[in-house]
Order: sequence, then C-alpha cells, then structure tokens
Amino acid sequence: MRFRFIQFLAAAFTLCIAQAAVAAAPIKIGALFAVTGPAAFLGEPERNTAKMVVDEINKAGGVKGRKLELVTYDTAGDATKAVQLATKLIKDDKVVAIIGPSTTGETMAVIPVVEKEQIPLISCSAGSKITDPVKKWVFKTAQNDSLAVAKIFEYLQKQKQNKVAILTVSDGFGSSGREQLKAQAAKFGINIVSDDTYGPKDTDMTAQLTKIRGSQAQALIVWGTNPGPAVIAKNAKQLGLKLPLYMSHGVSSKKFIDLAGDAAEGIRLPSGKVLVADVLSNSDSQKKSLLAFVKDYQNHYKTEGDHFGGHAWDAVMLIKTAVEQGAESPAAIRDQLEKTKNFHGIGGTFNFSSQDHAGLGKDAFVLVEIKNKDWVIVK
Amino acid sequence: MSRDLLKFLAFAVLVLLAPLYFKGGYLMNVLVFVGIHTMLAIGLNLLLGYAGQISLGHAGFFGMGAYLSGILTATYAWNPWLAMPLAALLVGALAFMIGFPILKLKGHYLAMATLGMGIIIYIVFNETIDLTGGPSGLSGIPSLSIGTFTFDSDVKNYYLIWSITLGTILLTLNLANSRVGRALRAVHDSEVAARVVGVNARLLKVQIFALSAVISSVAGSLYAHTMTFVAPASFGFNFSVELLTMVVIGGLGSIYGSFLGAALLTLLPEFLRAAHDYDIIIYGGLLMLMVMFMPGGLVRGIPDLFRMLVKGRGGDGHA
Repeated sequence: MRFRFIQFLAAAFTLCIAQAAVAAAPIKIGALFAVTGPAAFLGEPERNTAKMVVDEINKAGGVKGRKLELVTYDTAGDATKAVQLATKLIKDDKVVAIIGPSTTGETMAVIPVVEKEQIPLISCSAGSKITDPVKKWVFKTAQNDSLAVAKIFEYLQKQKQNKVAILTVSDGFGSSGREQLKAQAAKFGINIVSDDTYGPKDTDMTAQLTKIRGSQAQALIVWGTNPGPAVIAKNAKQLGLKLPLYMSHGVSSKKFIDLAGDAAEGIRLPSGKVLVADVLSNSDSQKKSLLAFVKDYQNHYKTEGDHFGGHAWDAVMLIKTAVEQGAESPAAIRDQLEKTKNFHGIGGTFNFSSQDHAGLGKDAFVLVEIKNKDWVIVK
Repeated sequence: MSRDLLKFLAFAVLVLLAPLYFKGGYLMNVLVFVGIHTMLAIGLNLLLGYAGQISLGHAGFFGMGAYLSGILTATYAWNPWLAMPLAALLVGALAFMIGFPILKLKGHYLAMATLGMGIIIYIVFNETIDLTGGPSGLSGIPSLSIGTFTFDSDVKNYYLIWSITLGTILLTLNLANSRVGRALRAVHDSEVAARVVGVNARLLKVQIFALSAVISSVAGSLYAHTMTFVAPASFGFNFSVELLTMVVIGGLGSIYGSFLGAALLTLLPEFLRAAHDYDIIIYGGLLMLMVMFMPGGLVRGIPDLFRMLVKGRGGDGHA
C-alpha cells in the first residue's frame, strides 16, 4: 500500500514536471528585418520595436503562461538572403510565424517559401501586390500605398487643384507610388501634367523642378524616402517654386524635418497617426495603442518611435492576440489572424478577412502639415 | 591527365553525397547558392585568372540571364528549358559584340569600362518597369521541371544545380588544359609575346569574355528558377565585387579555387551569424588576413598552411 502511494507520488511529480516543461516551452516567432543596408531606416526601428514588445509581453507573464521567443535575422535588404533566412527560420528554428521582411522586393521573394512550407507571414512592407491577389499565408501591417495616394487626391479635389506634377524616386517605394498615382488620378478627376523620376542617391533635383515649373501644374507630389525629398524641398525653395508641395508617408518622421529645415514648412503629407498621437481626439480608437507605443519606444531607445516601428508592433501584437485566442500551430495562427476584427494597432484599425489580408481602411492615414517644425493635422 | 580526372571524380562524389550529411536542413538551401556562385566564379576566373582581363560587370550578365529567363517564362509562358539556352545565346552574343571595343582597353581603363557596363545593365533592370517589374522585382517565375517531376525543393534543386555546376567544372578544366588554355595563359603573361607566336590575342580575349558571360547567364537562369523571383538589387555593383572577391580569395587561375572562394564567401556569413552584430567586422577581418597571408588564394594557401603545420610539429619533435 505504501509502495503504491510512493509510486503515485512519483507519477504525479513526473507529470507536474512534464506539465511545467510544456508550459515553459516558448512560442518561437521569426523576424526578418533589413537592419543594415539601404533599407536600414525601416529595419532598425522594426527590429527595436519587435524586441521591445516581445520583452514586455514576457515580463507581463507571456501569453497564456507561455513566453514568446523572437528569433531575428538581418537580411541587409537582399532578396537572396531573405529567402535563405526564411528557410533557416522555418527548418532550423522551427518558428510558428514570421514577421517581416522590411521591403516589398524581399517580401515577394519570401512568399513562395512560406506558401510552400505553410507558415504565416506578416510583412512589414507597403507594396500593394503583397496581398493583392490574396495569398493564403501572407498578411501585412504596413498601409497600402493606394490609401496614401487616395488621401492626397481627396484633398486636392477639395482644393480644386486638378493639374498635378509627380516626381517619384526610382526604387521599389517610388515605383509603387508612381503606379498608384497614375492609376487613381482619373478617379479623382486629376490630370497628371508632368511625370518625372529621380535616383535614390541623387543630390540635386533642380533639373526636374525647372521642368515642372514650366508645366501647368498646380501642385507637386513627391514620392520618396529620406534623403531625396528633403533635397527636393530645399531645391524648390531655392528656385522660388510657388507650387504647394505634397509628399508621401515615406518621409513622415522627425528626421525629414531635420533634413529639410526651413524648406519643410508648409509641406503636406499623409501619415500614420503615430506622429500626431498626442493631439488626436480622445474618441480615436487607436489613441491608447499609439500613446503606449510612443512612450515605450521613447523610454527604451531615447528617440521617437515612427510608423515603421509601428508595423512591427502591429505584427507582434496580432500574433499575440491570435495565440491568446488559443492558436498554437502555424495553421491555427493563420486561421485566427484571418478572423481578426477591430484590432486597434499603430498603422490603423485592422479588419482581416479571407478576401482582405491588408486589413486597413482609408482612416489609417491622416493628412498632416509641417508648421513650426512640427506636425499639424489638416482638417 | 588521369590524375586530374580522379580528382574531379572524388570531388563529384563528395558533392553528390553531401545532402546525406545535411539532411534537408536550411544549409541545403545555402549549398544550392554555393553551386550557383561556383559557376559564376568559374566564369569570371576564366577571364581574370586565365586571360588576365578584369571585369567589374559580371553581375550584369548574371542578371541578364536571370531576367531573360524570368521574363520569357513568367510573362510569355515559354518553356524554361527553351528560355535558358536562348538567354545564354543572347547574353553571349551581346558580350561578344561589346567585347571587341571594351577588351582593347587595359588595366584600370578596362575595370572602368566593365564597371560602367554593369551599372548600365543594372539601371535597365531598375527603370524598365513594364518589362522587369522595376525595383520591387519580378515574381511568378516557374520552377524547372522534367515531365511531371518538378524541381521545387532544396534537395532537388541541389542535384539539378550541382550537376550543371559539375558539368561546367569538367568543361572548364578541359578548356584550361587545352591549346586554348595555354594560349590564354600566354596572353596573360605577355600579350605581345603571345601574338608573336601566332595567338590571335584579340579574338581569343573576346571569345573567352563571351564564354564567361554565357556561363554567368546560365547561372542566372538557374538562380531565377530556384528563387522563382528576381529583383535588380541582387545584380548590382556590390555583387560584381563579391564575385571578384570569390575569385581572388579562392585562387586566380584555379577552377577548384573558384569553388573554394564561392563556398567560403557564401557559407562564412552563415556561420558568423552566431556573432550577431559583430559578424561584419569578423568577416572583413578574416578576408583581410586571407589576402595578406594567402596571396595565392585558398587553393594554394591551405596546402601551404598544412605543410607549415606538419613541419612545425616535426620540428618540435626534434627539439
């Protein structure tokens, strides 16, 4: 009898240990960011944010008693590396979901891998073609370029400025923007009277601007990421160009104001709500998430969080929410992600469905104007 | 001659057995790229190591092969096996044509001209958005297949690519030991002397330039079908320099050296990943040490190092 009891105790004890071991096994999430290379301005805040969020979730006891483990690799913005590292995450690290990559090109390269291996991917890049057409295992948190374009065009339509010049950078971001600008112009009754491009490393755009000055344009839309647009703003000021300047969400960070200086005054651009988090009305459903993110990032990294980091914040939190709903396997996480409704993130309010893996509406952007080196919401 | 064949067979057996050891992990995927890079390094080595002509634009030929294959199969639904030789032929013809004016140049001027060529090709990939998809790339390229058998996994691709790489090695080994190979080395040492003994140096240089471009183009086609996606960023100036580094680190004028260089430069970053943020510094440091202490490349440096170690140990024993 006594022997039985000891046996029972031992069995119970082993079971407890086993239980603890199961509970302690962390949920592995992979992340691919371009921390070095030309897209580092995206990859660095994304990696910082992802690490910060995962640390915080773990400090708060993890998700349903399980810790999250983030495995991040640097792709240096290279598509070949992104594919190799995605394979590594899936086969060696055995992650249940992947966050990233940072650029559209890398994401397009990784898509065949995750589709074949059936691992959910939440991309942090903006290109519309990532989720159009919808791919079973691929989601994204960065706002579509089409939404940003629509925001500008809507405003121009209101201002009755229907002749515009566009100046786009010849990289992935610029070419995607240019495509959207041209595709949507007719819908808003806008006529593109001048269409020029500049190289990502160009240091003087006076030639293009002189040409635009000679056209009939009533407004100029510049589509690029730092530092090009800052150069354009300065050149335009030197030339005495009187056209109102519009830019893309690619420059919606303090860095742009620093680079362009006085020339930034009066420039309008669509931006995620991160920049203006503190002045949003209290009824805004995103305000709580936004303020939490901005404060956290400031505490951790002593610099302002931008909307690029926000893409990673959204991706981690989306996975966390899916796991909270009971999803553990890659397939279950994917199914749960697709069911996400009214998730108030940094990029906007996400509503995924089987037809929409981008999940954001037009309200993801606000139009801001630069006044006195700060952002003001344009009504 | 039979010793060379034996060496090749030993290498081939090693290559074919490697997957048994790696068992389909992600390193398999990296080894596929080692195969592609080996082909590219061999192509460049023919030009640089044998004929003594530098090229800083080889990523351009690699990219042209990849894009031609990609566009023909993804946009125009061609059979990949038909697109690949056509791409190689076109790239070869182009190289042949631009080879005549370019290879008249020597030294720094040749480096500049080929550099310019590479950059022009890159700009074409980047700017002809309707054709190439521009900076965000071209997707939807089919995997290669024979009948109903599709090369869609790393192991399958490994055997496909390495069999073509082994074919390239065999071909170039033969070429290097033939009359052409000897003529090339003669041109390398002294173009004037080579011409005096009856080598048509000008034509020979252009021919080897074209052959080198053809090999790069085939590697490009294979890359496109393995990745099923291509973007211009993979074919920029940086990659041309990386190829050059592979050839120099591996050993100029040695086919197996090209393999060693390609393997080292492709695998090293993977192993250094454990060092996190310091990987780039270690990587650069290692490359510097290799160039300083193994000026003949790995293919000569490793046997030297081995001999030195054996000798050193022997010396200790006596003392």
